[in-house]
Amino acid sequence: MADRSIKKAILRVRRGTTNEVGRYENFEVPYEDGMSVLDALRWIRVNLDSSLAIRYSCINANACKTCMALVNGEVEYTCIAKLAPEIITVEPLPKRPLIRDLVTDTVPEEEKL
Amino acid sequence: MYAAIAAARKGASVILLDKSLVGRGGATVMAQMTVAAAIGQQEPDDWTIHFEDTLKAGRGLCNEELSALLCEEGPKRILEMEQWGTRWARENGHIKQEMAPGHSRRRCCYVDFLNTGPAVAATLRRKVGEISEIRRISNVSIIEIVTKDGCALGAVGLNVIDGEVVTFQAKAVILAAGGLTKLYARNSASANMGGEPYALALWAGAELVDMEFVQFFPIGHLAPRLVGMDPIMWDPFRYKLGGKLLNGQFEEFVDRYGGTDFGQYTATRDLASYAILKEAEAGRGSPHGGAYLDFRHIPEDQLRAAFGPVIDRLLLNGIDLTKTPVEVGPMAHYHMGGVRVNAHMETRINRLYAAGEAVGGTNGANRLSGNAITEAFVFGERAGWSAAEGAKHTHVDSETKITAAALERVKALKSRQSKDGVPPVALQAELQNLMWEKVGPFRTGEKLAAALARIQQMQRNELPNVSVTDKTLYNLDLLDWFELRAMLTTAESVVGSALARNESRGAHQREDFSDSNESLLKNQVMKMRNGELVSRWTAPVQANRGDGSHG
Repeated sequence: MADRSIKKAILRVRRGTTNEVGRYENFEVPYEDGMSVLDALRWIRVNLDSSLAIRYSCINANACKTCMALVNGEVEYTCIAKLAPEIITVEPLPKRPLIRDLVTDTVPEEEKL
Repeated sequence: MYAAIAAARKGASVILLDKSLVGRGGATVMAQMTVAAAIGQQEPDDWTIHFEDTLKAGRGLCNEELSALLCEEGPKRILEMEQWGTRWARENGHIKQEMAPGHSRRRCCYVDFLNTGPAVAATLRRKVGEISEIRRISNVSIIEIVTKDGCALGAVGLNVIDGEVVTFQAKAVILAAGGLTKLYARNSASANMGGEPYALALWAGAELVDMEFVQFFPIGHLAPRLVGMDPIMWDPFRYKLGGKLLNGQFEEFVDRYGGTDFGQYTATRDLASYAILKEAEAGRGSPHGGAYLDFRHIPEDQLRAAFGPVIDRLLLNGIDLTKTPVEVGPMAHYHMGGVRVNAHMETRINRLYAAGEAVGGTNGANRLSGNAITEAFVFGERAGWSAAEGAKHTHVDSETKITAAALERVKALKSRQSKDGVPPVALQAELQNLMWEKVGPFRTGEKLAAALARIQQMQRNELPNVSVTDKTLYNLDLLDWFELRAMLTTAESVVGSALARNESRGAHQREDFSDSNESLLKNQVMKMRNGELVSRWTAPVQANRGDGSHG
């Protein structure tokens, strides 16, 4: 049997839209070695709160380049940002217009409706 | 994107829609591997040899017209992509081509290192951006094709940003939204591959073919968690360097199942999958239910010479191939089945076309490595051309009444807003586990019947009643619900087809019917009648041998 730890990561996620006062919500996520921040965000959507808005496509290949956010204050691709069994703060990109939660407007102008 | 370019070059005005960002989502951007085309620069080759190799892998079920089109036009598209800026790996003044399993010639082109998909996607994005006749729209998910009297009139989409319905009128519609690997818990796909084009085609009245043939990649990456890489990346490692497959007790085992491997790269994909899953079933799997892939016998300088920066990316993931083996196992990788089209990419609905992986039948019961990107180029070009031609002979028909059903569906869904209950994304996860456990690489009638029963139950009970959260902006629950709806229809078509094929052939392996049955050397065609899936058997389409024209 593999040694299965029961470590947890706490994701402190900024929620809300431009019109609201930003608030932070904590989510506890089971941690496995090697997990990415995006793995944890996707786990939250399936198991805790499906209303969490996140943007991603390729999941873990770092090919689509759409999953950027601030992780502990640094701009990162959440699909390759490593999770750690501690408190991790995730916030939307600060220089882009906020849509909701972690999703900012990264769609090129000419691709909008 | 290829289809949009081809249609625009033929004078059409094009809307290119993507539920993610145009040219960023989907499968192409993730392909780290190779593109097969008989350009004959590495060694003498001819499209007819590529064609024969493709038919052999397809185990008698290829639509030969489509396979011939793929192989004959592939070289033109590869060279066109180079003109448009794709930097294929070169040596001695020619495009470098590698061998891959099932190919009898060195014909697989690539972009170093493991960068083929991102590079060709970037080329196509740039090309699309240069053409003013192409209007790109991101973050709109198509939920319905609008038809009237057997003719496509446009589409209805969901704007992911604000949850509103958007309608599009068009003289022709091309389905080019990839495959269905997201139906499986273990897959190598992006989040976009929920099988939507198949469900959209069925609902619109078009036919599907060969839906039972899902390709499972035998040595997809299982553990340790590896990020920033395509999970099927170990294939090029194996063909360049070998690498030993070991069971949980660190023994070589493929020979126990009638194969030879011994650190070479000789076991076929289906045998490798079978051996890995059977060892795991017997309690001799690796901790994550797969096998170990071991490169420890290969010196570091050889690893670096072959894969340079990739070795560093692995080290960043804590994987040192000289010290630790990785865990691998089968995962859903590609779909051979799909929308039934002719060599002009026409479905049986007028002015509804398909392109790329969404097209079924080209690769029969099994696809050769390297044929997927080739078909994205070739079928895209052909579909764009055909759709532009078809659009010339029609006018835009505005039929607002026909979009009413889709509008009602969105309204009904939004009326079920609640904070409680199982969200659509959790039902997707359940479906993925169900498909993996019961409709995976090795199937039985009993498991398939159980899967079908649960899928139909989800369609009847959960789908109409599941609630979504009350967010307006970027509410993924809405997107997930429509995805789930398409996933269930597509899953039902896969399971139904798999149940009816009482034999083992290529990627469809039935443990209760382990031999091939010559009387089933036929394709299964599926369509929807009064909301029910019905299927029939047809003889495979033969190519006109010796005649290269497919005009």
